[in-house]
Amino acid sequence: MTVQSLKRVTKIFVIGLISLQASITAASESTGVTEAVLDNGMKILVKQDHRAPVVVAQVWYRIGSSYEPDGITGVSHVLEHMMFKGTKRHGKGEFNRIIAENGGRDNAFTGRDYTSYFQTLEKSRLPISMELESDRMRGMLLDEEEFAKELQVVIEERRLRTEDKAESKVYEKFNEAAFPGHPYGRPVIGWMRDLKKLRVADLQKWYQRYYSPANAILVVVGDVEPDEVIAMAKKYYGPIKSSSVEVPKKFKVARQTATKRITVKAPANLPYMILGFHVPAVADNPEHDWEPYALELLSAILDGGSAARFADQLIRGQQVATAVSTSYDPFARLAGYFLIDGNPARETGIVQLEKAILEQLKQLKEKPVSNNELQRVKAQVIAANVYERDSVFYQGMKLGLMETTLNDWRLTEGHTNKLRAVTAEQIMAVAKKYFLPENMTVAVLDPQPIATEKTATKPVSKEQQNAN
Amino acid sequence: MRINQRLLKSIEFFILILIFPGVVSAAPKIEHWVTDKGARVYFIETHALPVVDIKMVFNAASAREPSEKQGLAMLTSDMLLEGSGELDSKAVAEGFEDRGAEVGTSSLRDMAIVSLRSLSDEEYLEPVVGLLAKVIADPRFPAKNLAREKARSLQSLDYSLQQPATVGKRKLYELLYNGHPYANHPSGTHASIQSISRADIVDFYQQFYVASNMVIALVGDLSLAQAKQLANRLTSPLKEGKPAVALPDLAAIKGGEQRIKFPSTQTHIMTAYLGTKRDDPRYLALKVGNYSLGGGGFQSRLMDEIRDKRGLSYGAYSYFQPMQQTGTFIAALATKNKKLEEALTVSNEVIDKFLKTGPTEKELTLAKKNITGGFPLTIDSNKKLVSTLASIGFYSLPVDYLETYIDRVNTLDRKTVTDALQSVLGSEKRVTVIVGAGAKKQ
Repeated sequence: MTVQSLKRVTKIFVIGLISLQASITAASESTGVTEAVLDNGMKILVKQDHRAPVVVAQVWYRIGSSYEPDGITGVSHVLEHMMFKGTKRHGKGEFNRIIAENGGRDNAFTGRDYTSYFQTLEKSRLPISMELESDRMRGMLLDEEEFAKELQVVIEERRLRTEDKAESKVYEKFNEAAFPGHPYGRPVIGWMRDLKKLRVADLQKWYQRYYSPANAILVVVGDVEPDEVIAMAKKYYGPIKSSSVEVPKKFKVARQTATKRITVKAPANLPYMILGFHVPAVADNPEHDWEPYALELLSAILDGGSAARFADQLIRGQQVATAVSTSYDPFARLAGYFLIDGNPARETGIVQLEKAILEQLKQLKEKPVSNNELQRVKAQVIAANVYERDSVFYQGMKLGLMETTLNDWRLTEGHTNKLRAVTAEQIMAVAKKYFLPENMTVAVLDPQPIATEKTATKPVSKEQQNAN
Repeated sequence: MRINQRLLKSIEFFILILIFPGVVSAAPKIEHWVTDKGARVYFIETHALPVVDIKMVFNAASAREPSEKQGLAMLTSDMLLEGSGELDSKAVAEGFEDRGAEVGTSSLRDMAIVSLRSLSDEEYLEPVVGLLAKVIADPRFPAKNLAREKARSLQSLDYSLQQPATVGKRKLYELLYNGHPYANHPSGTHASIQSISRADIVDFYQQFYVASNMVIALVGDLSLAQAKQLANRLTSPLKEGKPAVALPDLAAIKGGEQRIKFPSTQTHIMTAYLGTKRDDPRYLALKVGNYSLGGGGFQSRLMDEIRDKRGLSYGAYSYFQPMQQTGTFIAALATKNKKLEEALTVSNEVIDKFLKTGPTEKELTLAKKNITGGFPLTIDSNKKLVSTLASIGFYSLPVDYLETYIDRVNTLDRKTVTDALQSVLGSEKRVTVIVGAGAKKQ
């Protein structure tokens, strides 16, 4: 746990310079995951799930918005869009078409710490995915004209998801305030001002720098045999030459000294607030390695269902919120953050909601959670661990995420046990340590009126109406 | 159903495209029977995971509420878990969550669903099934809780009305279904929600939450005998009642365009027609046909012309939403305000041209390859299976629906697909709703 960041630096550096003699293969009994590393440094993780004749293949790159300098925010995500626009071997749109023809689903997503491409297919068609995905690891054309059009698409995406969604805007501004000068302060999709100035050359550099086998992880889950998958991966990905990938600096969050408050005005009907605290993630090497897991259970104590404290006390009991939830990701690459967001009830309003939330946090600091509550959230953890095996895609996602952000997919293995080991005292300890006024950021939405005007329904002429 | 479909997640990511409705199907063997009380049960046995998924689907959604009480069905659904007998809402929640079970209710236009996911081990499953049976058969509907849930419903409505796409979709349904129960907004209106009383909820519940008006979908780690016993446990405490009557037929619509000015940076365009019923034999041909128009992501004409060629919108898609009565066909996109007219023209041209000739031979081949080749993907989890079963049951589709699916897709030719599209959409009038700052008065 403690050498996470060190391990990461060493591994990538070494792989970048020296080609390893042979692939290393190791299967883990307990998780059914087989691991291999190709000579060029690309890591392969295979998990068998024989319930249906289906396979999902995901390629994860260690690149995302948290790697981006100011001025080109959003470049990782725009590049992800451009990755479907054609290589020397496969022209524009061919990638999607071939996958579609084979009954597959394909898509891609970009986060703060990763960019991931995936195909879900009937199991015999895995080579098609590997052929196409390995081709675009190095072979993208990044055409100027296509870029100009796709940039407009991304700008529309930003309008749809952020500009016109009041609560998303608050979230964006909240991050900017809570993480000043830190990569997590920037939106994944990028600032509009940066998007508008992005050039194809920016993407070209980004692509050259980060799309290398040594910076990629292939995750395959489904009705497959690991040996065959690894042999196939060797065939398709093995010949790709690696370039050394520069390991980004590990940013620390600036120490906060007082509560920060911001207000965001946007057209909306409902007030909304986000309240957050800097807390450790696994990657932060906290003083005690159980802290992130204690925070995860604490999050479930507050918001792990309809019997949890927020639903029971804030929504039903005091009726100060109509919706309120918590969110915490222990596996982020750079920093942990504990977040609470919600809509106040009309009668009581924002101020009352904040008071009630802080009172809930105070109770966690003063009194250990009851045995009943602890047993309940642990029962949910155990059940969730079984339920998530119902999704082939999610199993791959979890492995890819952990390997990408923390260089250690084995964290998925120990996760449930870590959570089960958490005590009521540990939950109280993290509440006391981190839920402090000087560690808090609050963002509030100040709704601006939405005046809608309607036209009378205009009949459409016959010709316009019906082309038949 | 509620506001807490938060956009916020600490794991935040942006996906390349939005995926729209996939194939509804599955090939494993379906067992079907009717319980003593008249509930229809559909079951798939699978022991790969120690999990059981249950969906109880009542014909008790917004199509069944009077228009002045819009939102009644959803409120009834929300109130089901608010207490039963000696148990209050918290005790009900604890009863499920203490055993790691996930329970939920939802209600839209056709289906009011109660779902349960539990570990299959007897120690977990027994008590939660017992609790579910009790809660559904004997809900308390406390007046105090109803007041709170009404307040939450109003807030939830306010939230949805700050999204231009929701504003547009509500208008679209009003125009398509004027005077028909499908014009009801499942989430109600401010006035209708305020007018709903406890007596309304009790009456609605008593009429529609009855065994003969429901379907149970069951998937998971159970033997057939266990499944039968489970279905009986869930339905025996319910009244037998009567199935809901058939919904009225649709009158012809007028068609037209409505523009709603809204303070947004994008303007949303929604184009709709009346579509068809879920049990219409032409539905599969429509679905396959729509793949090339707007259902097949990057393989569709709308996406190609609007996003790929012109960069006008992040998404451009179309879909059929078939229901127990005539459903909808909707095409939608969102573009920056000043590009509204261009996007509208392109979208209409694409739709009109497509309806005139249907898919090309090449397009149809691709659509069929995708839909048949991707069939295993649509049935690869218990969660997908249980939803599919619920649809098969609710819409009374044949029990060999999954087994014959691929063959039925393969037999479709251009003429069948084009005829289906033209017979359903060709003579229908089009309704267009435009919402955004670009929607100037005309």
